[in-house]
This record gives sequence, structure tokens and C-alpha cells, in this order.
Amino acid sequence: MLEIKNLHATVGGKPILKGLDLKIASGEIHAVMGPNGAGKSTLGNVIAGRDGYEVTAGEVIYQGKNLLELEPEERACEGVFLAFQYPVEIPGVNNTYFLRAALNAQRKYRGQPELDSMQFLKLVREKLEILHISDDLLHRAVNEGFSGGEKKRNEIFQMAVLEPSLAILDETDSGLDIDALRLVAKGVNRLRSADRSMIVVTHYQRLLDYIVPDAVHVLSDGKIVASGDAKLALKLEDEGYSWLEDGGIKAVAG
Amino acid sequence: MNSEQNAPDTTSVDHFVQQKYRHGFVTDIESETVPPGLNEDVVRWISARKGEPEWLLEWRLEAYRRWLDMQPPDWAHLQIEPIDFQAISYFSAPKSDKDRPQSLDDVDPKLLETYDKLGVPLHERARLAGVAVDAVFDSVSVGTTFRAELKEAGVIFCSFSEAVKDYPELVKKYLGTVVPPRDNFFAALNSAVFSDGSFVFIPKGVRCPMELSTYFRINAAETGQFERTLIIAEDKSYVSYLEGCTAPMRDENQLHAAVVELVTLEDAEIKYSTVQNWYPGDENGVGGIYNFVTKRGDCRGDRSKISWTQVETGSAITWKYPSCVLRGERSVGEFYSVALTNNYQQADTGTKMIHIGRDTRSKIISKGISAGKGQNAYRGLVRISKRAENARNFTQCDSMLIGKGCGAHTFPYIEVSNPTAKVEHEATTSRIGEDQLFYCLQRGISEEDAVSMIVDGFCKQVFRELPMEFAVEAKALLEVSLEGAVG
Repeated sequence: MLEIKNLHATVGGKPILKGLDLKIASGEIHAVMGPNGAGKSTLGNVIAGRDGYEVTAGEVIYQGKNLLELEPEERACEGVFLAFQYPVEIPGVNNTYFLRAALNAQRKYRGQPELDSMQFLKLVREKLEILHISDDLLHRAVNEGFSGGEKKRNEIFQMAVLEPSLAILDETDSGLDIDALRLVAKGVNRLRSADRSMIVVTHYQRLLDYIVPDAVHVLSDGKIVASGDAKLALKLEDEGYSWLEDGGIKAVAG
Repeated sequence: MNSEQNAPDTTSVDHFVQQKYRHGFVTDIESETVPPGLNEDVVRWISARKGEPEWLLEWRLEAYRRWLDMQPPDWAHLQIEPIDFQAISYFSAPKSDKDRPQSLDDVDPKLLETYDKLGVPLHERARLAGVAVDAVFDSVSVGTTFRAELKEAGVIFCSFSEAVKDYPELVKKYLGTVVPPRDNFFAALNSAVFSDGSFVFIPKGVRCPMELSTYFRINAAETGQFERTLIIAEDKSYVSYLEGCTAPMRDENQLHAAVVELVTLEDAEIKYSTVQNWYPGDENGVGGIYNFVTKRGDCRGDRSKISWTQVETGSAITWKYPSCVLRGERSVGEFYSVALTNNYQQADTGTKMIHIGRDTRSKIISKGISAGKGQNAYRGLVRISKRAENARNFTQCDSMLIGKGCGAHTFPYIEVSNPTAKVEHEATTSRIGEDQLFYCLQRGISEEDAVSMIVDGFCKQVFRELPMEFAVEAKALLEVSLEGAVG
């Protein structure tokens, strides 16, 4: 599904990613953890193609394609989805309208017929039901005046509608209380499928209590310094990240 | 108060590609045009050609003499090359004017074709929307529909020239009472040489059965366009009036100086909506319409209401302040505006709310969008006069910047002479954020669609004031104006 080889990237001329390798198979969830400033969010932004994040070396192969050659919107249409750490407000633009424009842009790209508003509404209702989200989000402007929890839930809702092949959840747990966290995690779990891979970027282990990953990677100073199974996350929870600085370990069981 | 902000540098939202003006073509119809230049003889010629009564000629001449002593205004935030008023021709009419078409069937097919190209098929439009259309082509009205149905309701909707012939008392009673000829340089010029325009009269107690619409179109090269519109709503009447326009492409700057006068008597309401898409000039700032408009409404009667809604996307220069004089007690004035400037377009637009009567209310919602090297200024006056007890004003003034070469400027003037007044002013400046744009892109939406979506959202408060059909058109216009804007 996704293979990242020796990825180097700079932001504003400053090297952030310094030789990152990562391989994710179809249907797997990988957690990427690490201390602040390690480059976690940069990874998501580079994969999604955000302006200002410059790749200086390495490659990102996604479904056999060189992802780095594609424009951000093409990557989205190819099924790459980034759940934002800070979802953006677009005043005056209806949430449903926005999502339908997005879905139809993606369908058009893939040569599928666009959905009319009735068909789209039907799809939306199904997804809302799966995620147990009330429909009041639909009637409001994109993220405008949403609480932190509502914003994150809206991201997961968008993901449910857009059905990406690769989803990157960028600190989806940040700023959520435990109830909101559970709700979001539940939504994510419902979207797990054999043909959908996810990268869950998080600072804390607690999200992984609810979204159990197939693999955990520790990102430090722009590189993966440790990889393991879900137990690695627990070790990090107990011991923090400081042990990594002493040379750490290359891999834990798994 | 005076705040200015130029767009900060951005990494992705910073270059502009030009969208060609889509309505750029010239219809090949023979015009009868007076030679360039302005003097008393030209004024007499225009008046005679239109077969006007003596009093109107005198009125024009008086305006002309006033104009001679006046100077073009220089206080606006606009950079304008001096205009040579002697290089302009002051009258142009399609030849067929002598045999005025009695119905759409009589209208020059080429002219109808022109409207078709603009996406405004007259009969289609009229049939589908039930809109009566008084189409102004250059300086003379050539087609009017639904006259009969309106007549039955007692509504008069005709060209200004016809009104002068058929309803001279009404014209004489109201002409120049809202915008006197000496009001300003361009109003004086218009008063001297106005060519044609629309006249609307809604009698007492009548709710106009349909929305009235005029499509303006400037043709014939180097011809100034001087429309004169007068709308009178008697007691307890209501009318919604739509004005829209596009112009063919050309290199010479064209002068346009219109005057619009609205009068509402007791409990009457006029809703006046404009979509303005005149040729803005090319990407280097060559050509384009100079648009100097004086629009003013007089809420003469108690509890009357005048509401201006404008979407200004065209013209090289826009100088326009649709205003309300709130004379009647508890009268209400509203101004909703979207002004977009791209490339080298300049706009200095806003409103004046003059509170005279007690318990008068006004509301101003202004949305300025600047792109390319566009300069966009909001200029608004709220005046609460001494006897305007309990007057209220709310002003919201938002600017959006796209790219780094443009500017947004806000010049609110507030004059309060009555301590019971409440005046609120809110202003924001934002730019289409890289983060908003990336958010859309990441969902698969193209950059162009993203920009128009964000801009549309920004303008929502104004668009929802427009009649349905116009709102769709306005949205499309913004999309056209911004297409290829970011890339």
C-alpha cells in the first residue's frame, strides 16, 4: 500500500525528516509516536503534499505510484486522506455542500458519475448512522464554531464519506476529553477495513487503548528509531521518550 | 478612523493568471452618434432628438452650467488619469430607434443574439422567471415586456424617455429631488446629458406583481453612458428592482456616470439589487469602464424602507455609494455589498446612511475582495442628525485579500449629533488562508473551485439578500472573475 524510503524533508529550509523509512501493508493500522518536534505532523503533511514542505530526498510509493509527483488534490483523489490536527474553518460554506463537492471531485477523477443531492444525502445518512453522529453538523458551515470534539468527529465523518485507501490521523486525540476520544476512536474502528490502511500519529498512548494498531513506530529527530507491536506504545507510556536519546533500541518484540 | 492593510506575502497564494473577459464582443449595429465634445449645443441636440419639453431642456442646461464650475472629486482612494470630457461622445442610439420596436419580435435579432451570448435570453428569461425586462442598449431602451400585466396592476415601468412623454407630471415632481443636479460633478454631468434609463412608479397600496429587471449594456466605442433611473413607491407599496450589466471588450476607457433616485412614501419599500460586470480592463490595466455612479434613496415616508444590494465585479474604476436618507420616522435603510477587484481594478465604494427621522435604523454589510493588484476601499458615512432620536446603525465591513499585490482599505465616517444614537461598527480583514486552501485541496477539490467556494462563503450574507435568480448569477460572476486567479 505505502512504502516510504529514506525520506528527507525540510520546512522553511530547516531539515525535519532525515531519512525516514516506513512500510504499511493494506488494511494495517500503524501508529507513529514520538516527542514533540520529532516530525510527526510533517510526515502527514509531506504525504498529503502541503505547500512549504519540501522533499529533498527519498521516495513515497503509494499503490505502485510515485506519490510525490502528484498535486495535493490528485493525491486526495487517489485516496489519500489527512485528518487534520487543527481542522480549518471555512465560514459561510455549508458542511454538506463542501463534502459533496469533495466527493464529486474525487468521483470525477476516478471516472465515476457524480452524485446528485438526493443520492449524496442518502450516503450521508448511512455514514452518520454508522458513526452515531447527529446530523446537526450537516447544517452548519465547515467547522465554524465547532467544539474541538465536533471538529475531530467531522474529520472522521468526512473520512467515512470519502472512503480513502490511506488515512493519516494527525493527533486526532489532541484536545479531546475521554468521552470524545472514545467516540472518535469508535468511529475510526468502524472504518477499519482490509483495503484501508491508516497512520495514526499521536503523542500519547491513550488513543491506542481504543484504536489498537498493528504496528507502532517511534519517530525521533526525523527518523524511525524504534518499531514494534502495540506493546511498544505501553513501554513509551511507562518510560517516556527520554530513553531514546541514549541510543535506545532498534526494535522491540514483534 | 482609517485603517489600511496590504496583503502579506504568502507562499502558495501569490500569483495570478488572467481570466479573459467572457462577454467581450461588439455587436455590429449602426449607431447614430454625436461627435465628441460637450457644450450647450450638444445638450440642446440631445434634448431635441428626444423630443423633450422645454422645462426639461432648461433643467439640463442649468445642470450643464453648474457642471462647468465643478471639479471631479479627488478624495477617493483611486488613481485615475485625468479624463478629457471633450473627447467623449455624449449620445449614441441604435438606428432602429426611429421605429421603436413594439414587442420583442420587432427587436433587431442581432441585439437579441447579444443578450443570448450574455446568457440572458430575454424571452426565455421573461417566460421562466416572470420578470419584466426593460433592456437598455447603449442609450435607448429597445425592448420592454410584461407592460400590459404591469399596467393592470397600475405599475408604470418604462424607459425614462417614455415617462417624460407619457407621465411628465410625475417626472417633473420627482426628478432631481433626491439627487439634485448640483449634488456632485458626475451627477451634474448626468443631469445635463442623460440619455435614457428606467422609470418605475408603484401606486398606493400596490405590491408589484413581479420583479422588475433592466439589463444595461454599453456598446458603440467611445460613447459615454449616462443612465437616469427614477423609482417612486407610493404609500404602502412594494417593488423589487434588479439591475445588471456587462459590456463588450474594447481598449478605450469608457465613462459611465449614472444617477439613480429612489423615493419611498409612507410604509413603502424598495429593494434595489445590482449585479455589475462591466469590462474591467485587461490584465495590464488597459481599458475598462469608469463607473461613477450616484445612487440615493429617500425614505420620505414614515416606516418606509430602502434596501440596496450590490455585487460589483466589473469596471476598471468604481466610484459608487448607494445611500439612504432616512427622513421618515422609523424608516429603515440597508446596504449589502460585495465588491471584487482583480488585476488593476480599483473600487472605492460604500454607502451613506443619513438618519434624520426618529427611531430610524440602518444596516451596512460590506464584503470587499481584492486579488491581483486590485485596490478595494470601503467608504461609508453614518450620520445621526440632531433630531434623530433613538437612531440605530450596525455596520459590518469585511475584507478578503487573495495574493500579495492587492490592498484593502476601510474609511468609515461616523457623525453623531444625538446622544441617544447607537452606532456599531465591526471590521475584519482576512486573506484566503493557505490552510483553508490546503484543507480543500486535501479533500480533492481543485484550487479554482476551492477559491470560489471560500469566496462564496465569505459573501453569503450579501448573496442571500439577492433574488434567487440573481444570487445564482452573482455566484457565477465571482467564479468567472476569479477563475485562474490562484495557481
